[in-house]
Amino acid sequence: MIFSFDLLAEALIFGVLLGCFYAAVSIGLSVSFGLLDVPHVAHPAVMVLGSYATYMVAGYGIDPIAAGVLLMPVFFVLGVLIYRFYYESFEKRGTEAGVRGLAFFFGVAFIVEIGLILVFGVDQRSVEAAYIGSSLELGEYRIPYRMLVAFGVALVLTFSLTVYLSKTFTGRAIKAVAQDEPALRLMGANPVRIKQWAFGIATGVSALAGAMLIIVSPVEPAMDRVYIGRTFCVVVLAGLGSMTGTLASGLILGIAESIVLMFFGASWAPAVAFGLLLVVLGIRPQGLFGR
Amino acid sequence: MKFWIAAALFFVAALAIALSGVNEYFFFAAYVVLTAVTLATAWNILGGYAGYVNFGPPAFFGIGAYTAVVLFKWLEAPLAAQIAAGAAMGGLLGFGVGLLTLRLRGIFFAIATVAVVFIMETLMINWRYVGGATGLQLLRPPVIAPFETYARMLFVVAAFMAIASVAIARYVQGSWIGRGLRALRDSEEAAEANGVPTLKLKLFACVTSGALMGAAGAPMPMYLSFIEPASTFNLSYTISALGGSIIGGMSHWLGPIIGALLLGSLQQIITVTISGEVNVLIVGVLLVLFVVLAPEGILGLFKRWLKASSR
Repeated sequence: MIFSFDLLAEALIFGVLLGCFYAAVSIGLSVSFGLLDVPHVAHPAVMVLGSYATYMVAGYGIDPIAAGVLLMPVFFVLGVLIYRFYYESFEKRGTEAGVRGLAFFFGVAFIVEIGLILVFGVDQRSVEAAYIGSSLELGEYRIPYRMLVAFGVALVLTFSLTVYLSKTFTGRAIKAVAQDEPALRLMGANPVRIKQWAFGIATGVSALAGAMLIIVSPVEPAMDRVYIGRTFCVVVLAGLGSMTGTLASGLILGIAESIVLMFFGASWAPAVAFGLLLVVLGIRPQGLFGR
Repeated sequence: MKFWIAAALFFVAALAIALSGVNEYFFFAAYVVLTAVTLATAWNILGGYAGYVNFGPPAFFGIGAYTAVVLFKWLEAPLAAQIAAGAAMGGLLGFGVGLLTLRLRGIFFAIATVAVVFIMETLMINWRYVGGATGLQLLRPPVIAPFETYARMLFVVAAFMAIASVAIARYVQGSWIGRGLRALRDSEEAAEANGVPTLKLKLFACVTSGALMGAAGAPMPMYLSFIEPASTFNLSYTISALGGSIIGGMSHWLGPIIGALLLGSLQQIITVTISGEVNVLIVGVLLVLFVVLAPEGILGLFKRWLKASSR
């Protein structure tokens, strides 16, 4: 292990960029699991699906970010359908929290992953754009442009979702469902329709997150497995459903992972998210900024 | 009594097949299917009876396999010792995971078990002695007397372990332990209030389930003559353990046997005829279909059919 303050500074800069990226890929889960209590273990798989969809759309010469934005409505509909199906098969019967709801999403994650393998093969796929491959030279530091792009998109995404949830009528309705569903029912509102809408938004956001994923690094179908750790780590550490908390805990994970990457090597990096997740679950399951 | 006669008959049959002239491929395939029965049965003790979803079978399976490798490389320990040590380490890991149930339930517990899998994998990737990320080639010791080949012997070992785990699951289900676990599955608070020692029972279920999975993993390196982290800690073990239990039916010890036999054989056939990817896909699709359409599994369907025909 070689330690120097230069390396530490580089690790910190990279960690902040990576952290915002992690916050962005987790924010969909922060809505679907954090606010709606859906045990959505298939979230990373849906995101990787978004990466492959971006790959296909970008094949027509469209910028990957634009492709991600174009895919958002499609994924919104997909999300509505997934939630509807989940509601009819589990929540309605009152079996969602148990073994079967979890097994359902776990099965869905596998189906998506293997489906991608069957269509695209196990090779890594990547997209091309002007900002992929080149770096910004800042004195002695080199910051890849793709990380800066992901950083920018992540900030915009997190900020707009936070504003949406706290300022608009529907956004507040979503928070109300999370807070007290029976009360909402008593007041004559239909919680299922609100949750359906919210799950649609969470899935739509995953399309853009998937686009960022394929910009930041090449993707392969089994990539969702390691992102189970990263996304759930961020959401649980944040405290369920807190959007600013998601950004903060994304940063914590990003910096921790980048430091481990820099000083201990790449082979230890995947364990950081899972280790942090286990520690948080063991010591403070309600997270840092819990509701 | 009937159960023990059936178990003895099954074991004698397995032994007879192993000593007969059946094609070698049969043993390779049957070993995998029988291991799947052990895994599903073990998973069901915690997942089915107590309702705690464990996504971590690869962690237990893998700790068993790596314990066996270490013992073999270090002391050239015999297979029986490897299995015993694998079970002990699996039980130990089960105890650790069991402590998590103090604070975590539902999806939180499930996600924590996924974390255990990846942490174990990372540890093994970084441990040179057992081959790191590239893995380790193992030279099998000479096979023991009545068996002609190593695969035949492992087949009998796997049959024995499947019987043993089913016997344990059956005992747990029928005893006060099983009743306690079912009580805490339905409501942990109510069970605790009625004097069920919930923590003790959960720890027992985790340790037993973990030890059986560890034992199931121990012969795997000898079976493959090779070990490597990525395939050992693969989440597809989770989906077959989970799938076997849920598709068969989680409420009875027969369920995981039926489910795992069916899934395992189907997977073997598909791997040979179509491809290795499709076999995992099939398990995923069947799992989702059963969870949605027949939540009680094949046993539930069978019960419903019995009721309908008796009316």
